[in-house]
Amino acid sequence: MNWFSFITATSFMPVPATKESGDVDNLYIFLLVSGLISFIILIGGMVIFIFKYRRKTEDQKSAYITHNTLAEFLWSFIPFVIMMIIFAWGWSVFHDLRRVGEKGDVEVHVTARQWAWTFKYANDIEINSPSDKKLVENDPDSTLLKPEVVVVPVGKTIRFILTSDDVLHSFYVPAFRNKMDAVPGRRTTFTFTPIEKGDFTVFCTEYCGTKHSNMMATIRVVDGEQFALWQSEKLAGMAGASNKGPAERGEALFKGSLGCSGCHSIDGSRIVGPTFKGLYGNKRDFADGSSVVADDAYIKQSILVPTAKIVAGFPPAMSSFQGRIKEDEIKDIIEFIKTLK
Amino acid sequence: MAHEQHNYLNHQKGIWSWLTTLDHKRIGIMYFIAIMSFFFLGGVFALLVRAELFTPGKTLFSADVYNRMMTYHGAIMVFMVIVPGIPAIFGNFVLPIMIGAKDVAFPRLNLMSWYMLMIGAAITGSTLFLENVDTGWTFYTPYSSIKTGMGVIPMVLGVFIIGFSSILTGLNFIVTTHKLRAPGMTMNRIPLMVWALYSTAILQVLATPVLAITLLLLIAEKTLGVGIFDPQLGGDPVLFQHFFWFYSHPAVYIMILPAMGVISELVATYSRKIIFGYTAIAYSSLAIAGVSFLVWGHHMFVSGQSEFAGVLFSFITMLVGVPTAIKLFNWIATMYKGSIRLDAPMLFAIGFMFLFTIGGLTGVYLASTGMDVHFHDTYFVVAHFHYVMVGGTLMALMGALIYWFPKVTGKIYSDLLGRISWVFIFSGFNVTFFPQFILGNMGMPRRYYDYLPTFTELNQMSTFGSWLIGTGFLVGLFGVFHALMKGKEAGNNPFGGKTLEWTIPSPPPHENFDKTPVLTGGPYEYR
Repeated sequence: MNWFSFITATSFMPVPATKESGDVDNLYIFLLVSGLISFIILIGGMVIFIFKYRRKTEDQKSAYITHNTLAEFLWSFIPFVIMMIIFAWGWSVFHDLRRVGEKGDVEVHVTARQWAWTFKYANDIEINSPSDKKLVENDPDSTLLKPEVVVVPVGKTIRFILTSDDVLHSFYVPAFRNKMDAVPGRRTTFTFTPIEKGDFTVFCTEYCGTKHSNMMATIRVVDGEQFALWQSEKLAGMAGASNKGPAERGEALFKGSLGCSGCHSIDGSRIVGPTFKGLYGNKRDFADGSSVVADDAYIKQSILVPTAKIVAGFPPAMSSFQGRIKEDEIKDIIEFIKTLK
Repeated sequence: MAHEQHNYLNHQKGIWSWLTTLDHKRIGIMYFIAIMSFFFLGGVFALLVRAELFTPGKTLFSADVYNRMMTYHGAIMVFMVIVPGIPAIFGNFVLPIMIGAKDVAFPRLNLMSWYMLMIGAAITGSTLFLENVDTGWTFYTPYSSIKTGMGVIPMVLGVFIIGFSSILTGLNFIVTTHKLRAPGMTMNRIPLMVWALYSTAILQVLATPVLAITLLLLIAEKTLGVGIFDPQLGGDPVLFQHFFWFYSHPAVYIMILPAMGVISELVATYSRKIIFGYTAIAYSSLAIAGVSFLVWGHHMFVSGQSEFAGVLFSFITMLVGVPTAIKLFNWIATMYKGSIRLDAPMLFAIGFMFLFTIGGLTGVYLASTGMDVHFHDTYFVVAHFHYVMVGGTLMALMGALIYWFPKVTGKIYSDLLGRISWVFIFSGFNVTFFPQFILGNMGMPRRYYDYLPTFTELNQMSTFGSWLIGTGFLVGLFGVFHALMKGKEAGNNPFGGKTLEWTIPSPPPHENFDKTPVLTGGPYEYR
C-alpha cells in the first residue's frame, strides 16, 4: 500500500539491517499511525470546540453537563485495549531482540571502557575501536575519532557478549534497532542476525564521561567468503606483528588493542590524560605534591594501579589494566615510550 | 479619602518580617522568587548546552565543560525548579484559600521547608564554584562513585536536603487538606487543584525518602569505600538505578500532577463551565500516584535486568496511560458547549494539552519494550520528556502565574504580554524538541558533546528553537515587572472563577477569610 511505504519512508530510521529490525519497524508504524489518529481526535476535537464555543457575548451561558458514564467508559476502555495490543506486540518483538541464552554462529567478546570498545573473536583476533585517527580530518574542532571496522558474516546469528572494565556503557546499533548495556562485573548479550551487507555504526548510549560521544565502532556485514578472508588476513597480521621489535609491538598495542591513544597523545598535546612525549626519564609532578622520575617501575605501576599516582592537573580517570595486559606487553609499551623523546 | 486596605502584603513591613513570616501566601512568594532564580540559571545552562550543539565538534566549550553544563541544567531544573515549582509556589498560595482555611496546618514547618530548599540549593550550587560535577542529573554509579571527582558529595547532599523540603511540604499539604477544610467542604467538593496537590503530596512523602537513602549510600560508598554499587568492591551497579528510579519515576508525577491541577482550574474558568467528570479527574490523580510506584523498571529495559522484569514493568507502565488519557478527555469534554475565552492562561492550558498529548503518546512508544530498545537513551527520549515535563509543567506554570497573578498582587497581568510570551514559548518548544524525535529515530544518543555530521541540520533547528523559548520566558518575566508597575487594579474576581480564592479581596487579607466560609456545593458550579 502506498500510504504505508510513505510512512515508512518518513520514519527517518536507518535501513533495517537485521532479521529482527523489520519487526521493530512494523510496531513503529502501528504506533505512529495509532498515535497520529489519537492526536487528531484529541487535539482536533479541542480546536473545533475552541472555535465553535468561543465566548461571543459576555453573558453567554454554558451547558451544565457533569458527566456521561458511557462516554467515560468508552474513552477509558478503548485506550486500554490499544495499549494492551502495543504491550503484547512490544513484548513479542522484545523477545526476538533478546534471545537470552541462544548461542551464536559467531561469538565475539566485547569489552567497553572509557572510551573504547574491544572486540575479541574466539580465535584471538582483536579489534580496538575507535582508532587514533580523526574522523573528520580537516576540521580542527572535531573531536570524533575514526571507528575501526569489525567484520561479521551476513545471514548468521552473531552473539556479542558484553562487559565493561569500568563504568556503565551501552552498545547501540541504530540500524539493528538493538541496544544493550555493558555492565562492569556482569555479562550481557547482544544477539542479531544481519540480512543486509554494509557498514553500520555502533554508538555508546549510556553516559560514561568526557569522551562518551566518541565511543564508536563500525560493524561491516560481508558474505561468508569475505569474512573468512578477513579473518585469515588478520591472523597473518598477528603472526607478523610478533616478529617485530619490542618498540614496534608496543606502538601497535598503544594504538590498537589497548587503546591508550584514546587518552594519551604522543605529540605533546593534551587529551584526557597526560602525553607520553618526553615521559621516560623525566620528572612527574603528582596531585598530592610528590614527584618521581618516570622509570620502568613507575610506568608499570601506572598501568596496573592507575590511581596510585595521579599526575597533577589530570582527573583520576584511568581504569586498571590488571588482568588485561601481559608482563611482556608492559615491557613493549615501555620500550615504545622510550622512543617518544 | 479611602482608608488603605489591609492585606497580607502590608500586614507587616520589612525584609525581616518576610524572612520570618508564617503566612503561607508570603512563603509562596518567597518560593516564587527563589525558584524563578534557579529557573533562570537552569535556563542559561540549557541555552549554553544547545549553543554548543549548534555545530558538530567543539563549538564553544570542551567536552568536560559541556558535560558539567548538561549536568547542572538537568539537576537544577529537576530538583530545584520542576519538582518544587507548582506545589511550592502556587500550592502554598492557593491551597489553604481554596479549602477555606486560614493557613496550612503547620506554618512553621512550611517556613522551614523554604529554608531547607535554600540550604540545599546553596550546597548543591556551591559545587559550581568548588568542584564541578559531570555525572548527569541521574548520578549513575559506578561513574559517580569511583570515576569522577568528589564534587558529587556536596551535590547529592544538597539534593538530599532539598528532598526533605519536598517531604515536609507534602506532609503539610496532606494534613492541611484533611484537617482544615471549611464546613461543608467534603473531599468531593475540593477543587481539582487541591486533589492534584494532595496526590502529589502523597508521592512526595512516600517516594522522596528512597532518594534520600540512595544518595546517602552513594556518599557512603564514595567516602568510606563501602561496596554497595561499585562492582570492584562487590557492589551492584544496577542497584543504584533501581533505587534511583523508585524515587525518580514517581517524581515525574510529582512534576506533572500539580500541572494537571492547574489545567483543570484554567479549563473550567475560561470555558465558564462545570468541569466534566470531576470524580474521574480527582481519582485518576490518585490512580496515577498509586501506579507510578510500580513502573520504575521501564527506565531499565536495556540495563541487563531480566526479560521478565522488562515485560512486567512494560505492562504496568501501560496502565498509567489510561488515567492520563481520562484527564485529557475530560478537559476537552469540559470545553464542549462551554463559553470559551482564549485569554493568555487558557492559551497556556491549550498549549499544555497539545504538548502533553505529544509527550504522552510518545511515552507509549517508550513503554513498549520492543520499541524502547531502539529509542532508549537517544534524543527521542530527550524530546519525549521535555514535551511532558517542560511542555507540560512549564506551560502550566506560566498559565498559573498569569491566572493567579491578580489574586497574589492585586494587579492584572497584561494579557497581550502573556499572549506574546505564549507564541514564543509554544512555537519555540516545537521547533526545539520536535526535531529531536527525528534525531532519535536516526539514532543520535543523548548526552552527546559531539555528533556525526548527518545530525547537523536538525541540531541547528533545535538550537534555534531554544532561542525562541528563551525569548518567550524573558517576555513573561518582563510581564511580571510590567504588571507590578503598571497593572490595572484586579478586583476580587477578574476572570469569573468559582473557587473560594475568588471570593476574597485581591490581595487577600492576612488570614484569608474574615468569616469562615460554609460550602453548600461543589466547585465550578457554572449554571
